[in-house]
Amino acid sequence: MEIQTLFVILISTIFINNYVLSQMLGLCPFLGVSRKLDSALGMGLAVIFVMVMASFFTFPIYKYILVPYDITYLRTIAFILVIAGLVQFVEMVVENVSPVLYHSLGIFLPLITTNCAVLGVAVLNTESGFLSGDLGLLEAVVQGLGAGLGFTLALLLMAGIRERLEIADIPENLKGLPITFIVAGLMAMAFLGFSGMKV
Amino acid sequence: MNYYREFAKGVWEKNPILILGIGMCPTLAVSTSVLNALWMTLAATFVLIFSNIIVSLVKSLVPSHIRIPIFIAIIATFVIIVELTLKAFQPDIYKSLGIFIPLIAVNCIILGRAEEFASKNAVLPSILDGLGMGLGFGLTLTVLAFFREILGSNRLFGYTLIPGMEPATIMTLAPGAFFTLAIMLWGMNAIKSRKRR
Repeated sequence: MEIQTLFVILISTIFINNYVLSQMLGLCPFLGVSRKLDSALGMGLAVIFVMVMASFFTFPIYKYILVPYDITYLRTIAFILVIAGLVQFVEMVVENVSPVLYHSLGIFLPLITTNCAVLGVAVLNTESGFLSGDLGLLEAVVQGLGAGLGFTLALLLMAGIRERLEIADIPENLKGLPITFIVAGLMAMAFLGFSGMKV
Repeated sequence: MNYYREFAKGVWEKNPILILGIGMCPTLAVSTSVLNALWMTLAATFVLIFSNIIVSLVKSLVPSHIRIPIFIAIIATFVIIVELTLKAFQPDIYKSLGIFIPLIAVNCIILGRAEEFASKNAVLPSILDGLGMGLGFGLTLTVLAFFREILGSNRLFGYTLIPGMEPATIMTLAPGAFFTLAIMLWGMNAIKSRKRR
């Protein structure tokens, strides 16, 4: 395994296959928590953390428990339970260790359990993701990190634009979700430009 | 209890996508062709109805502080049934829906209905609620897929519409999905504000 491969995975998950704008995963938090820049940052950090942890735990479970015993059809239920347990655990630890961090991050953690991007990362890791060939644990974790970073990037860009949209003069019927979707579409078009990159 | 109302509210008045704004990921990602949209509707509605039935049956047995993990486990069980069935009988559809089949398990619509409706109501209203919500989800998804397939690949149900015409490929990619849904939501808002006046 080379450092080059890991770099390719990072670039590919952050820009070329951005989870939100190109794969259309994790749209609920993308639309729900992008009203304010600081809450978007909190959500983004929480998602990065949970995605890395989820990749780290679900990948060995799939490779060393589900595959050897030939029970891979339990993948979905096993991953969801692991992620839900993980989120609960992280919430408890953060609450006890750092109340300050808990206040800025805590409210976002329960929301992450039903964030389809997290389960998406875990499932894509088992299907070798966007690369050809099998992934190892390190690659899986890097893919989780890249997915989280890409999600945060999209969320922050969106929040920045939406803060300005608040004071813009928009037709009555376009206010709220419709204009947000148009902005998301324009951003997705810009991100399409990355697909020309050969890595 | 008005059974018809429980069924009909999901289609228009409380349409999960256009009014409540939940369940966006499968809606946008799978609506590249009408066939995909119909199979996704079938899969999601199956999971929705059966998870509603089970949740409404066990609602008095489940302690309230651990209800969410239990609901998720019930939903995931039905998702696995759908996943295995599609894999065995419709391998092409299974491949083109891909990761969005296992992701039905974290669809906000299904957990939302289990939490909000099935855990408080009897079995029959829960079935009707699931059916109505599934139909509302499916209608939106199919309309979206109809426009995206015609404009984006110049096809409908796999048949070429105008031979020799170059389709606007962007409609089948992510931006097309966002724009089409934005226009549908815009239309919905326009209808609502006209009604109010």
